[in-house]
Amino acid sequence: MTTRRTGDLLITHARPYGEEAVDVAVRDGVVVEVGAGLSAPAGVMDAEVLDAGGLVLLPGFVDLHTHLREPGGEESETIATGSAAASLGGFTAVFAMPNTDPVADTEVVVEHVWRRGAEIGLVDVHPVGAVTVGLAGVRMAELGTMARSRAQVRMFSDDGRCVHDPLVMRRALEYASALDVVIAQHAEDHRLTAGAQAHEGVVASRLGLAGWPATAEETIVARDCALAREAGAALHVCHVSSARTVEVLRAAKAAGVRVSAEVTPHHLLLTDATLTGYDPVNKVNPPLRTAEDTKAVRAALAHGVIDVVATDHAPHAVQYKDTEWAAARPGMLGLQTALSVVVHTMVEPGLLDWRGVARVLSERPAEIGTLPDQGRPIAVGEPATFALVDPDGAWTVRGAALASRASNTPYEGMRLPATVVATVLRGRVTARNGKVRA
Amino acid sequence: MKHLLSVTDLDAAAATGLLDTSDRLKQALLGREVRKLPTLRGRTVITLFYEDSTRTRVSFEVAGKWMSADTVNVSAKGSSVSKGESLRDTGLTLSAMGADCVIVRHPASGAAHRLAAWSDQDRDATGTHTSVVNAGDGTHEHPTQALLDAATLRDRLGSVAGRRIGIVGDVLHSRVARSNVFLLATLGAEVVLVAPPTLLPVGVEQWPCRVGPELDAELPTLDAVMMLRVQAERMHGSFFPSAREYAVGYGLSQERAALLPEHAVVLHPGPMMRGMEIAPAVADSPGAAILAQVRNGVHVRMAVLYHLLAGAPE
Amino acid sequence: MADDRRGDEAGKHPPARELLSAADVTRTIARIAHQIIEKTAGSPEAGVVLIGIPTRGTPLARRLAAAVAEFGGTAPAVGSVDPTLYRDDLRRRPARPLEDTVVPEGGFDDKLVVLVDDVLMSGRTVRAALDALSDHGRPRAVQLAVLVDRGHRELPIRADYVGKNVPTSRDEQIRVLLTETDDRDAVLLRRSAPSPAGESPAGESPAGASSTGPGEDA
Repeated sequence: MTTRRTGDLLITHARPYGEEAVDVAVRDGVVVEVGAGLSAPAGVMDAEVLDAGGLVLLPGFVDLHTHLREPGGEESETIATGSAAASLGGFTAVFAMPNTDPVADTEVVVEHVWRRGAEIGLVDVHPVGAVTVGLAGVRMAELGTMARSRAQVRMFSDDGRCVHDPLVMRRALEYASALDVVIAQHAEDHRLTAGAQAHEGVVASRLGLAGWPATAEETIVARDCALAREAGAALHVCHVSSARTVEVLRAAKAAGVRVSAEVTPHHLLLTDATLTGYDPVNKVNPPLRTAEDTKAVRAALAHGVIDVVATDHAPHAVQYKDTEWAAARPGMLGLQTALSVVVHTMVEPGLLDWRGVARVLSERPAEIGTLPDQGRPIAVGEPATFALVDPDGAWTVRGAALASRASNTPYEGMRLPATVVATVLRGRVTARNGKVRA
Repeated sequence: MKHLLSVTDLDAAAATGLLDTSDRLKQALLGREVRKLPTLRGRTVITLFYEDSTRTRVSFEVAGKWMSADTVNVSAKGSSVSKGESLRDTGLTLSAMGADCVIVRHPASGAAHRLAAWSDQDRDATGTHTSVVNAGDGTHEHPTQALLDAATLRDRLGSVAGRRIGIVGDVLHSRVARSNVFLLATLGAEVVLVAPPTLLPVGVEQWPCRVGPELDAELPTLDAVMMLRVQAERMHGSFFPSAREYAVGYGLSQERAALLPEHAVVLHPGPMMRGMEIAPAVADSPGAAILAQVRNGVHVRMAVLYHLLAGAPE
Repeated sequence: MADDRRGDEAGKHPPARELLSAADVTRTIARIAHQIIEKTAGSPEAGVVLIGIPTRGTPLARRLAAAVAEFGGTAPAVGSVDPTLYRDDLRRRPARPLEDTVVPEGGFDDKLVVLVDDVLMSGRTVRAALDALSDHGRPRAVQLAVLVDRGHRELPIRADYVGKNVPTSRDEQIRVLLTETDDRDAVLLRRSAPSPAGESPAGESPAGASSTGPGEDA
């Protein structure tokens, strides 16, 4: 009589990338057999069986842009609640942004975040290190020390703030290239966005909200592409929000710049038309823009000009959101709704198939974040790290029912397609039917 | 009408109804020694001002008092507001104290909308009923200012419909301009904006108005011109090179005022920067209706309180 | 069009009985004018002012003034006082539009004011009008003239001049039509239509009555 071991699993009747149904046998976290009519993996008496019933099997999702708020912002989210939200959303790895308190700009803080993530064990938590000390944009943080720490930081960003000084950005890119890490830029020229509250356009003008012009993003992206090209460094552009930025990226990629870019689910779906009631749940940075912009970023994602979808999951406790617009903090939840929004905006209109979904939510983000065991093919010898998706599982979003500590979802009451039925991390089921399994 | 948050809450009939009520209230009080109506006896009206404004606050207070409402003034200074209490908690506290109406002035655009939303949630939960009046929210709107301007134009010109009205100056940061453009258009006026390009909002071409490139070219055809205040901080914000250059391009000098037709009305929401956007002689000329605007302000605000508070709750 | 409208009205309401014809209205106004001349003859130097209660009291006051001038020589000043702002039942219905308040030139301090309204019922409108009047001045005395008194008083108020006393039941409606506000002169009586969804029709509940409705009760 052998006891059940974690990491042993039999998934039956799953359709990898929405294709032919197969069974997948997993031993010790690794796929050992893919085929029809499989029984428990060899040498395992009693593996857990996950009957997929014809659902779509994808590699586990990787989020390059998550705010887990711990340490310092535990009233809004913790690494535990954020990990739960991630696994329920089909994610198996998340990159935790450094704008915590204290800022993740030292080995001590990044190792703390990494260790907490590992203890909770629902999802691989990869801390993002700050580019500059205290996110102040002046002095470079110890990128090398963080990269070589146990947390093995692979991405650095001052997210929430732009590395504005061109000389600081240039040095960071040059320094990063030697470490083989990526600098992720929050592209916002703050001189053009002083006091900004909403996308500069017709809606904000009418509402009397100070405008955040798309040019403030476009100009920084153009500048950074030039700097990255010169340095031969890898640049990642966070949360691309405007059609103009897409044009800059297209040109830079054509010129051979090592630049990658992400778009958030909310910039794929929502526009500034949601602002008219002044509900700050719709306040986010960069701001929701126009229907033209959503159209442009969707097309860019479909064609690979924008590489990946990243959530910019930004929980805020109610006291930071249930205020007048100007006082509210920017940001919205995203982990548990990301797949549904991608299906709604990309799959349903025919812009992406399931292979494409795997590319933008898993494979490319794992490449950009240099994670060797994430975003892998569903094949023998590969890690059993999956999201099992019911494409027909439409659901109604309720912020209060989400796993995050905060409930600031902009999709409250919306009916969205596709449900994550199960998440598997190296053969271990971390979430199933809306419940996490530690 | 449950709240008055934006002039777009009002269609032409509702706006005209308010202006008619304002006229009738003015008439009912005309020549009386006792300027007191019993209409809002026992109703509590609270002004909640997060920005200094003697003019608007006093106008609302007088309006409430003339209708026998109990008026209470709360200002951000010297109250729990300055201790960091949230707008939501302050609003709900005033509702719980029995405020029938909260008149709010706040530096954040949309603050009145939020207060009204919380008030409605509270009503669903507890049955209390508090109306919210927007007395100026950030750079969004100031609906009672636009109503009093419309009342003044009706007095002076006989009607608003079909009239051409110029609005000159810092449209970008002006809640008065926003409320006026949309209300005057609703009432059938033709609105022309004249401003330096840096002080025109993005997307203004989708507003129900026209942008005139040059003030002198517009003045001879205007039935009224509304001069907006230029705030000191704009002068240092590189929106235009200097006060002198602004005054030369956009100030209503005596020579410029002479380009206006005989019957034209000069409006200013106050407080005025004499010598900057308007010459002292123009401000004091017979064509200027600036004090008439102030007088109408009380009656228009009485009308708003009447429509919000006198009838059965909706 | 007119026929259609009448047909529609007949469909909605039980048929109305005409209490006063156009000629009756004219005759009644003339009679009240004579009574006013008679009753105020003792104090001609003090002067008489006719103050209508809008909507239909105002044209009635104007007609009475013209008749007084015709029969007595001097035309009394005419004004109007809107009692709405003084009503005790404002909170029972949505805010209603205000009507004209016009104090005649010279005011009415120390004058004899005759308040004029179309229908007297509960007396609440008259009470409100008296309050409004006293805010505008201090008349020597106030009298009341009405075209129809239909009873059902709720306050100790009585008219000095009554065109016609009409004993009614509460579920009946009196409609006064005047050419100034309607298409003809007439006074109609009709049974109220069955009240839809518990809403009391105007005229049935005195508290809900409006002076601005189509010549109903006051």
